[in-house]
Amino acid sequence: MKKKLINDPENVVVEMIEGIVKAKPSKLRKLDNYNVVVRKDAPLDKVALVSGGGSGHEPAHAGYVGEGMLDAAVAGDVFTSPTPDAIFEAIKTVNGGKGVLLIVKNYTGDVMNFEMAEDMAVAEGIEVAHVVVNDDVAVEDSLYTTGRRGVAGTIFVHKIAGAKAAAGAELSEVKKAAEKVISNVRTKGMALYPCRVPSAEEPTFKLEEDEMELGIGIHGEPGTQRTKVKKADEIVDDLLGSILSDINFENGDEVALMVNGMGGTPLMELFIANRRAHQVLENRGIKVYKNFVDEFMTSLEMAGMSITLLKLDQELKELLDAPTDINLMK
Amino acid sequence: MSEKIKVTSEKIKDIFIKIADVLIENKNYLTELDAAIGDADHGINMARGFKKVKEKIEDDSFKNNSDLVKTVAMTLISTVGGASGPLYGTAFLNISKIIPDSDFDIDSFIKIGETVIEGIQKLGKAQRGEKTMLDTIIPAVNALRESKVKGLSLERALEECKKAAEEGMKATIPLLATKGRASYLGERSKGHQDPGATSSYLIIKVIVDELISEME
Repeated sequence: MKKKLINDPENVVVEMIEGIVKAKPSKLRKLDNYNVVVRKDAPLDKVALVSGGGSGHEPAHAGYVGEGMLDAAVAGDVFTSPTPDAIFEAIKTVNGGKGVLLIVKNYTGDVMNFEMAEDMAVAEGIEVAHVVVNDDVAVEDSLYTTGRRGVAGTIFVHKIAGAKAAAGAELSEVKKAAEKVISNVRTKGMALYPCRVPSAEEPTFKLEEDEMELGIGIHGEPGTQRTKVKKADEIVDDLLGSILSDINFENGDEVALMVNGMGGTPLMELFIANRRAHQVLENRGIKVYKNFVDEFMTSLEMAGMSITLLKLDQELKELLDAPTDINLMK
Repeated sequence: MSEKIKVTSEKIKDIFIKIADVLIENKNYLTELDAAIGDADHGINMARGFKKVKEKIEDDSFKNNSDLVKTVAMTLISTVGGASGPLYGTAFLNISKIIPDSDFDIDSFIKIGETVIEGIQKLGKAQRGEKTMLDTIIPAVNALRESKVKGLSLERALEECKKAAEEGMKATIPLLATKGRASYLGERSKGHQDPGATSSYLIIKVIVDELISEME
């Protein structure tokens, strides 16, 4: 069993949540009996935003609870979507009467559990809507699959929908802003080393020392392609190549660029990747309006990264720049 | 065929406790299957959910079968998480709405199977052949229907149901996953037995074995 800084695999999520709220006692609180982090000042007189998913993606999602972003984050077990009753409690707690938007990553379990919670809330007369983020270009969207996964691009949805809600928009308008991000955001990830969940003795997949996985998701599931390890620049070229061929970018377009570490990669390597990403975009005539390099949506201690591009227009630029107390997204 | 068997709440409770034991026992096996094509938590999630089911029903008494099965369903929905929680939860919730209180015949079992399929398909939007739990459940229910047409005894019909479930589970090995998390692997999902189809088989096996032991 790999060494980990934990007490008991059964308690990792609840102990983590307790630690998160202790770190920001004036801003956050945990709901009794549920692994839900909410803003201490909720409910507020605005559309409320609830997101969540499996644990193991820190700082997602509890790290994005705060002014200008989420009102509540629901944490499931490690890599397992939260249950509908916990999501329902979160909805009830943050609903200030103007409705609640659920931001769901496109993973089968997440979608089902959030939809069940939405049904429960609607039955109680709460106005609820949801959006499903599906930014991962590594998996095909076709009639025959459940579609693309929702990964790091979700953070841009939190930021922009959060800014729209903070500006006093109605639920339908906040949902529309979230959908605008979803249709303009694309991500692809890769791994050098797999991750190991606290309760399992084996890594989630096996890689030889000279191999890497392209097109991984964020739950330790293997990628879509295994290759020999390449240099950083070549990896960036591959990830950005897939993204740029998936969405129509024109000369002069402006983007937000996110280079996201998967939990086990030093910032040095992320910055090396970021350098190349700028070169590639510059060559294409694409302007980086705002750049984010850090860990935003991780996969425990997986080594690797994902690159996300969000194509911007004036509205998205303003909402991206709107104030938030989440340092990572300032 | 007009054979009937009496299945009381006490017996159903025994069956669920046995299911829980079998899933807890197979926690690592299911997790290994899931590690190959999913995210290595199916065994952990099922064991967690059914452990809670066991705790919940062991010392309680229930008004009727429906009440008991509904408790199981709600416990699974609120503890399993992932996709299996809502899928199995909905399946048992549907069963709780139609489960007879005393006498079961072949039609009762067919009806139970059909309501399970309906619930899972509504939520998961899957068909047979997509490498999911339905690849175990649909053939199992078809075997019950065929046994009825052939006029087999209830015991034989249940045996056929178990056999078809096992074959269905094994038949998921070469399939390409197009639903659930395994679908993200595309071609690489081939060559592995589906963990959801496996847990469904384990559940069906316990139910059939327990019912047959009751008939003897």
